[in-house]
Amino acid sequence: MNSLRKLWAEIDDRTGISGLVKPMLDHLVPPDSKWWYVFGSATMIAFMIQVVTGIALATVYAPTAGHAYDSLKYITEEVPFGRLVRGMHYFGASFMVIFVVVHMVRVFMMAAYKYPRETNWLTGVVLLGLTVTMGFTGQLLRWDQNAIWSSVVGASQAARTPVMGKWLAHLILSGDTVSSATLSHIFAIHVFVLPGLVMAFIGFHVYLVMRHGISEPPKAGNPVDPQTYRQSYHDMLNKVGKPFWPYAAWRDVVFGTLAVIAIVALAWWIGPPALDAPADPTIVEARPAPDWYLLWYFAVLALVPHRAEDYVILLAPALMGLALFSVPFLNNRGERSWRRRPWAVVTIVFAGTCIGVLWLAGAREDWTPNFAVKPLPATVIGPDRGPVHAGGIAFNEKGCMYCHAVSGYGGKRGPDLTSVGARLSRDQIVIRILSGGYDMPAYANNLTTEQLDNLTAFLQSRKAR
Amino acid sequence: MNRETKTTVPPAGGPDSPERRRFLTGLCLGLSALASAVVSIPVLGFVLAPLLRKEERAWRRVGSVEAFKVGATVAVTFPNATSVTWDGSAGRTAAWLRRMKDQEFVAFAISCTHLGCPVQWKEDANLFMCPCHGGVYYSNGEVAGGPPPRPLPRYNVRVRDGQVEIETAPIPFV
Repeated sequence: MNSLRKLWAEIDDRTGISGLVKPMLDHLVPPDSKWWYVFGSATMIAFMIQVVTGIALATVYAPTAGHAYDSLKYITEEVPFGRLVRGMHYFGASFMVIFVVVHMVRVFMMAAYKYPRETNWLTGVVLLGLTVTMGFTGQLLRWDQNAIWSSVVGASQAARTPVMGKWLAHLILSGDTVSSATLSHIFAIHVFVLPGLVMAFIGFHVYLVMRHGISEPPKAGNPVDPQTYRQSYHDMLNKVGKPFWPYAAWRDVVFGTLAVIAIVALAWWIGPPALDAPADPTIVEARPAPDWYLLWYFAVLALVPHRAEDYVILLAPALMGLALFSVPFLNNRGERSWRRRPWAVVTIVFAGTCIGVLWLAGAREDWTPNFAVKPLPATVIGPDRGPVHAGGIAFNEKGCMYCHAVSGYGGKRGPDLTSVGARLSRDQIVIRILSGGYDMPAYANNLTTEQLDNLTAFLQSRKAR
Repeated sequence: MNRETKTTVPPAGGPDSPERRRFLTGLCLGLSALASAVVSIPVLGFVLAPLLRKEERAWRRVGSVEAFKVGATVAVTFPNATSVTWDGSAGRTAAWLRRMKDQEFVAFAISCTHLGCPVQWKEDANLFMCPCHGGVYYSNGEVAGGPPPRPLPRYNVRVRDGQVEIETAPIPFV
């Protein structure tokens, strides 16, 4: 034992490890910084899982367009623990997104971004952006139909930028079209550039936490005054502060361990996300959609009024980033307690509600024409001959039912026509069919007079029962 | 009581002089910048090469004229202007080709002008429809409904030696 201690003393003398680590472990923290404070370290733990599982996956994954999909299938189906490791990488990413958002909401609600911790917040915003970008680039590395068309969607959004749109689209695709260069550039960004930046910013973020100390839970009526804050903070620490290790660290360790267990359990139980069909830009059957954490933005792109699209597509991400960056510049002093900051509460509730509602809309995708919909059965159409019958067949064949439902059959993009006959007159129905509407094509040149009469007869026969 | 402190100014031209210090600082910063540039310029040039490359287009054969029925709209595929052996299926692109008359063809891009999703031709409905956000185009590529801001782009098509040829173009069309 003595020889081991002696050896450690020698190593420590040459490396200075304890001189580096001990101040971190011994630094005083406010005594009541409890469970709300574990999400920062949990984010870091999730990131560490990403690094470890990512390195493992990279030992087998083949980052060329011709082989990436097959190598991923091989990892999932044949490599021992491959399914589990891919699942851990997926759920690690999901947990990282959840933890970083909860951490930011906690910091915002407790106004921990106020003096002197403004830079902590700014580096946190950068880390949020890097986390989401890492998630999106990781999704593209699956190199299935969803991935290649998602990369085209990304390039198409960038292409709307005035003047430099074409250049930006080429930058995203690394060339004129989707190709192997697209995948290898995304691979390099996902496994080298982004993790490197995340590590650098985590290091800077943690350094700032050490420099300014962990913010104390706010108390109503105890506002931040830059003139006196540092002194009162240090006085409080000297009076009641506790060493980080182990009096605060144990909660981080307990929560972090639970998070690791949850990630592994979900990976084992649910497994990695299923792969779409192999990437092939010549196959048009594809419905690209982002992973769950960007579904709300997917809904924004679908629901925004058409005339406002360019502005939303180009300005919304920039404005969201700007809004987050501006938080400490708008107000870095005064009350920290949420009880005295009603606008902070309103902001979080409003943002949470918007994202939640949009997320549900994104998950349902009601705006999507449903090409897989089954034709109306004879029991729904009704008569087995005559105009109503022929109109029901035309309803199936002319693509009406991709968007409109009748008696539970059909898509959800347009209005439900189950009782349209009770709602609209014959003339109104004819005008709608011939002229189309905001999202509906005009069928004036697409139907014979007989087809129009039949279709109208069929729709008029749809009464509420 | 004021206490005067004597500071020793290093002699000019000596090893510790301010001029020499400034010179060495400038030397270190300048050489660091030079070394960084020497490494960065070729690396950036390599990484950004796809952006610097001149846009390439090529005529690609997609089938003999007789293979296409007049009035029918079918999906055709062809290799990109630039493709490498490790591109796999990503080295090819598709288009919707329609034979209008005996020697007249029109080819539409499969990428929706809204956000680039692949549009599908629905023969019975006589419409191109996008599965992502519900963009709809008439058979001539004009916008029929939904969010697309522009008609479906068209490829250049020609007939050479009885073969239909399509000229490649960047995707997305800008």
